Amino acid sequence: MKIIIAIKQVPARDSQLRIASSKKWIEDADLTYEINEPDAYALEAGLQLKEQHGGEAVVICAGPARAAQTIREALAKGADRAIHIEDDKLDAFDPLATANLLAAALRPEAPDLILTGLQSDDLGYGQTGVILAELMGLPHATLIMQVEKQGDGIRVKRELEDGWFQHVDMPLPALLTIQSGISKLRYATLMGIKKAKTKEIKRLTAGELGTAPPAPKITVDRVYLPEHTKHTQLFDGSPKEAAAKLAEKLKFEARVI
Amino acid sequence: MSILAVLEHNGQAFHRMSWETLAAAQQLAKETNSAVAAALVRAGGQSSAGELARKQLEKVYLVDHELLKDYTPDGYSLALRQLIDQVKPSLVLFPHTYQVRDFLPKLATSLGKVAVSDVVSHRVDNGQLVLVRQLFQGKVNVDVRFAVEPPNLASLQAGAYRADQVAEGAAPVEVVKPQLSPADIRIKPLELFRESQRAVDLGAAELIVSVGRGIKEPENIALVQKLADVLGAELAASRPICDAGWLPMERQVGSSGQTVAPKMYLAVGISGAIQHLVGMKGSRTVVAINKDANAPIFEIADYGIVGDLFQVVPELIDAIQKLK
Repeated sequence: MKIIIAIKQVPARDSQLRIASSKKWIEDADLTYEINEPDAYALEAGLQLKEQHGGEAVVICAGPARAAQTIREALAKGADRAIHIEDDKLDAFDPLATANLLAAALRPEAPDLILTGLQSDDLGYGQTGVILAELMGLPHATLIMQVEKQGDGIRVKRELEDGWFQHVDMPLPALLTIQSGISKLRYATLMGIKKAKTKEIKRLTAGELGTAPPAPKITVDRVYLPEHTKHTQLFDGSPKEAAAKLAEKLKFEARVI
Repeated sequence: MSILAVLEHNGQAFHRMSWETLAAAQQLAKETNSAVAAALVRAGGQSSAGELARKQLEKVYLVDHELLKDYTPDGYSLALRQLIDQVKPSLVLFPHTYQVRDFLPKLATSLGKVAVSDVVSHRVDNGQLVLVRQLFQGKVNVDVRFAVEPPNLASLQAGAYRADQVAEGAAPVEVVKPQLSPADIRIKPLELFRESQRAVDLGAAELIVSVGRGIKEPENIALVQKLADVLGAELAASRPICDAGWLPMERQVGSSGQTVAPKMYLAVGISGAIQHLVGMKGSRTVVAINKDANAPIFEIADYGIVGDLFQVVPELIDAIQKLK
């Protein structure tokens, strides 16, 4: 089975975010980056499927030069090779533009299965995977907890709301967005890190893919920190003082002690 | 402008977020002096459509076809695309449910559009619609506009609009039969099921102490358990804690876990991603302990301490014991 895993590099989870002076994005000069966590679960699912069924696990990532670090880490964990669509001017606010690039790079690969995370931790559109499926003419399923090979196709377990699940039978090729937390994430081994250095990373640009950037479908007015609408009573001082004040409020105002 | 609200029904009842979307559509129609209609995709859904016919709407569209009996992204997307081509609304609104997330990007792409997903609010600026979304799991907001000709599409976050604001009225129902063939439906959905009966009913708990990612290591959960014990509260968690197996899934609060509304919800080391907030924002008193002052949990907290939970929680246990 030829499995493609689409991953994204995003600012590290505990980053202190400041708004850029352009008001169109966050200040990104001093940020550290990591793999989008939901994509780490997609990668894990892809590596496990490859281990079970053989074949190839290929990572694809659209992003600026710095994304190479995240790609190397995926190779160190066990992906066989990678495709890096290198572009500093990716229209970050338009998932269709990104999916167009991914589709152009993936068509010649003719994969059996494409996996992505369910959403990105930065933009949070939760759309790129499904759009990619539509562009490539593939059936898809989202929030997948489990993938089993069945004859020529697969049976997947989808998560629904309020604790419900559903099995879905699908033909291959197909695209799945993987639910986070479906299995434990592996660490790269020393051997894996060493091997990653010799693995192929194919670099492509939007120009080489022959996809002229489409006019954006959505424009950004401004990016800003949310105004606090609710008045939260914050207790300061030392941990001891703050805790004492909170406990008083819980007893005398909220009446829960 | 004309607005179409596409609503979700699970076979037994309308999804609660359907009413929020309908209220938003009616509100927006008023602000922009537009007509508003509603659509429901459901095989044999006459009685459900009848329920919508008692709302203040221009029209109710019932998209009815035997191939739409079970939800599939192929069927829903094809059927709704045909409806949109026929009705030509300028704006199509959806509740941001799991089902909508599954088909809306496909539908939008087939129309050559990008849907603005997970909208939390809107305003009308010189007759143009500005939609507000959240970035970075609620830590940052962004205002966006549609840059292309209608129809445009958007989905609305759970709780962003108030379901009790839906205006009553009377509307005719039009049954729409889409062109679908069995070959269009490429996937085969099977029966819905639940993993196991839940042994813990968090919904009945008066007090809940809930723990999130900030706890760092499974061994540290004992500290939060102790806080729950001195308060006589149930212990709950955000999704990552249950995903990691540090607490059982049945203790998870949020869109994929349980929905709770206790007298007090004390969130320890939980940043408050929307998937968590939708499960607990009905709580009477919300308390948050988190090291990040910008964490979205403080948006809905009544009381809060910005600080290191490993220093604050032991002191809080002490202080509560003294007050008892």
